[in-house]
Amino acid sequence: MTEQVLARDASRRKFINWFLATSAGAFFLSVLYPIARYLIPPQAGESTAASVTLPIKLADVKPNSGQIFKFGNRPAILIRTPAGELRAFSAVCTHLNCTVQYRSDLTHIWCACHNGHFDLNGQNIAGPPPRPLDQYVVNVRGEQIVISKGA
Amino acid sequence: MATPDRRQGGVWQWLDERIGLADLAKLARKKEVPVHRHSIWYYLGGMTLFLLMVQVTTGILLLLYYRPSAEEAYESVQFLMAEVQFGWLIRSIHSWAANLMIFTLFVHLFSVWLLKAYRPPRELTWLSGMGLLGLALGFGFTGYLLPWNELAYFATKVGTEITGAVPVVGSFLGRLLRGGDEVTGATLTRFYGIHVAILPALTVFLLGLHLFLVQRHGMSVPPNVEGHQAARRVMPFVPNFLLRDLVGWLSALAILAALAAYYPAELGQKADPFASAPVGIKPEWYFMFMFKTLKYLPASILGIEGEIVGVIGFGLGGLFLLLVPFLDRRTARGEPSHLFTMIGIMVIVYMIVLTYLGYTEVATQ
Repeated sequence: MTEQVLARDASRRKFINWFLATSAGAFFLSVLYPIARYLIPPQAGESTAASVTLPIKLADVKPNSGQIFKFGNRPAILIRTPAGELRAFSAVCTHLNCTVQYRSDLTHIWCACHNGHFDLNGQNIAGPPPRPLDQYVVNVRGEQIVISKGA
Repeated sequence: MATPDRRQGGVWQWLDERIGLADLAKLARKKEVPVHRHSIWYYLGGMTLFLLMVQVTTGILLLLYYRPSAEEAYESVQFLMAEVQFGWLIRSIHSWAANLMIFTLFVHLFSVWLLKAYRPPRELTWLSGMGLLGLALGFGFTGYLLPWNELAYFATKVGTEITGAVPVVGSFLGRLLRGGDEVTGATLTRFYGIHVAILPALTVFLLGLHLFLVQRHGMSVPPNVEGHQAARRVMPFVPNFLLRDLVGWLSALAILAALAAYYPAELGQKADPFASAPVGIKPEWYFMFMFKTLKYLPASILGIEGEIVGVIGFGLGGLFLLLVPFLDRRTARGEPSHLFTMIGIMVIVYMIVLTYLGYTEVATQ
């Protein structure tokens, strides 16, 4: 008889403990969930810019030089090879996202952060970068330079 | 008229009845510091604590002028440096004390390691200390961005991108840390919140635990001293050790003032997301050995991207460091543990050599 009562009490206690624990768990989840969602930044709209007309005149771009321009919301680089050809690449280093630059003394593209080197085709030729730079299409309309994403 | 002595006695008694000053005084009298040939290392923890207090004080002062937005941060620091009386001093001390604090923290860590002070029952003291090291590095990383200058901008770009190399959750973590896909004003605001609120709150908690545990277990006597010394020598913490501590703290303050005066913190160029990374970009010196290691890694190791290998390597290294008290079974059993002494020395040598190489390299080869 007493054993039965004890067993019933124990199972009651178990039920109440389970009930309390799940309630407490649900309570904390309902507090933590909005906080966790709050901390995740909202998705910003991807830049849809497919082409950009540079605020630079063709005549101002000297051979064996490079300059950074804004392509959508990311930096890109326009270079003019020593031979006079215009090329454009994403300026975001494929290693750790630094912004690359054109080194006229090396006549190729270089990243200062971790000494990454890219040739005039954007190929990674030395240092840690794992991939080539994305290449863009350069069109010259009269004096204007128009850069667009590859087809 | 009551004499000053009696009045002090009255106040003492009044407070004692309410907060139990006599118990605290008893505790302070009871605290002893072992005296032996390695006693000098006992000062490093207290020194780190003092530098932290300097950081809290100067940090609060900097808050009064600093504006956490991409449009205003650089200008507000410029104003602080150029217009505010002693603004340069407060900021320079904050910057120098941060560096010295990380330095003393590392010395504290390695002295605890080599003297095996992490052995039972002090494993949790070690773990809380490791947590504090992580927080200190977090303070350094987030604080570095706040002036919003060119160097800080690119250091943060690289630093958060390395987070992105963590397998599986990397890109999510990177976004969470940056407050978006790129390092922008949103990152600055986020780092500011982390630097002045989240990290300090965590520090109060972990430091409280750390100090409580140090208090509870007392100073560890190195095993090799414990075995050889016949009579155990000690000095009272109050006032003998505390006064020696104070001498060290005053010297540190003098060194800080001198460093701040002769080498004030620089500001550099304002960050421009559409400029090339500057030549000679470097992280803070305490990240240099990792930065340099990443530089040495080839683009691909066994088909895995070099920096992923690096990040996993440093992650495992950090985990090893964290678990040293549990891995070093010989020390736990009270036996000499030459292996862990050797590992400790190798880690120190690795860090020093890579840091040295990082500062002496030529910009491009």
